[in-house]
Amino acid sequence: MATSKVTTATFDAEVLKSSTPVLVDFWAEWCGPCRAVGPILEEISNEYGSKLKIVKLNTDEESAIAIKYGITSIPSMYVFVNGEVVTQIVGAKPKPALLKDLESFLA
Amino acid sequence: MSDVRNVVIVGSGPAGYTAAIYAARAQLDPIIYEGSVTAGGALMNTTEVENFPGFTDGVMGPDLMDSMRKQAKRFGAELITDDIVEMDLTGDIKVLKDGSGNTVKAKSVILATGSAYREIGLVNEKRLSGHGVSWCATCDGFFFRGQTIAVVGGGDSAVEEATFLTRFADKVVLIHRRDSLRASKIMAERAKANPKIEFLWNTEVIDVLGADKVEALKLRNTVDGTESERAFTGLFVAIGHIPRSELIVGQIDLDNEGYVVCEGRSTRTNQKGVFACGDLVDHTYRQAITAAGSGCAAALDAEKFLAH
Repeated sequence: MATSKVTTATFDAEVLKSSTPVLVDFWAEWCGPCRAVGPILEEISNEYGSKLKIVKLNTDEESAIAIKYGITSIPSMYVFVNGEVVTQIVGAKPKPALLKDLESFLA
Repeated sequence: MSDVRNVVIVGSGPAGYTAAIYAARAQLDPIIYEGSVTAGGALMNTTEVENFPGFTDGVMGPDLMDSMRKQAKRFGAELITDDIVEMDLTGDIKVLKDGSGNTVKAKSVILATGSAYREIGLVNEKRLSGHGVSWCATCDGFFFRGQTIAVVGGGDSAVEEATFLTRFADKVVLIHRRDSLRASKIMAERAKANPKIEFLWNTEVIDVLGADKVEALKLRNTVDGTESERAFTGLFVAIGHIPRSELIVGQIDLDNEGYVVCEGRSTRTNQKGVFACGDLVDHTYRQAITAAGSGCAAALDAEKFLAH
């Protein structure tokens, strides 16, 4: 399953009310490390999308949500379960490191 | 992959890409591991590069790296966007393993892994990383619109970041433990003329305060030792870099700070067939152009080695 885009309008339904865990990738066009980690998240989503939904939130376009969750660095990857943030990953990481951080959601 | 390559280049950035351009033009069929999230190197997190020769009006760091990458590709270098996670450089045939579990063998290796951000080393710096503590002004400056933030450091990168951050912040306080900047004159003058930048000399950050986001910094005067607190919502750390040499410890001679030691003016390391270039060897200059120059030297040294 490919990643999908999430906006302020869809955040509630797509993230907070999701029945599966959701990773929200807070990113922006002008952020080099965000562009580097983007394809890795795409791969993880393709491989594990049924267990962990991965959505992308553009902090330029949807700054209200970024502010609400106190984002001050991107990429920030927050995992939501039942509407609550349960894991925060800050900064681009290689795929093996990300898989390790996310292993409890991918099993 | 069972065939033995002539040369594997580990790391991208100006050093790695330049080595790839030269090695490809020498028909050594190089393979370059660019890094899965670090491809392009330190310049990917910069904005305008004004001092790279040949660019009259300056060039954006990421654009410069993209051009070098394409130039390497044009001559046939094989570009792999993955990390090398293990290296055995001790034998005649070097064996390297990438992040996807593939093994590559080569007669020579060019190390161009660059450097990583140096941390102040405070527990709360780590804890609040991503919650006000940042190492990347170009990534995170946007989130500090209208706020008062601190940049710690006194070199070119600190001054560049402070200047860049004034686009967003109301006030940027540059905290430096000495009483003058190490940065180049033109950048220092520009920062001093910027009304949004305040300088806090002879001062070091000894703690980052805040429950779940940065609220203040605890500071110490390096001359008289007095301590104080001052409110900030962000802290950008730009106190230099440490060489990324952790994978080669014990195989390649390193100096006390972890930089690779090369023989004389060459790029030859203590292991036959292993060459090093860029920030990984350079204490002193650390410029895109010097890194590119040493990447060129490494490719020429490797070419000469392979010919014998």
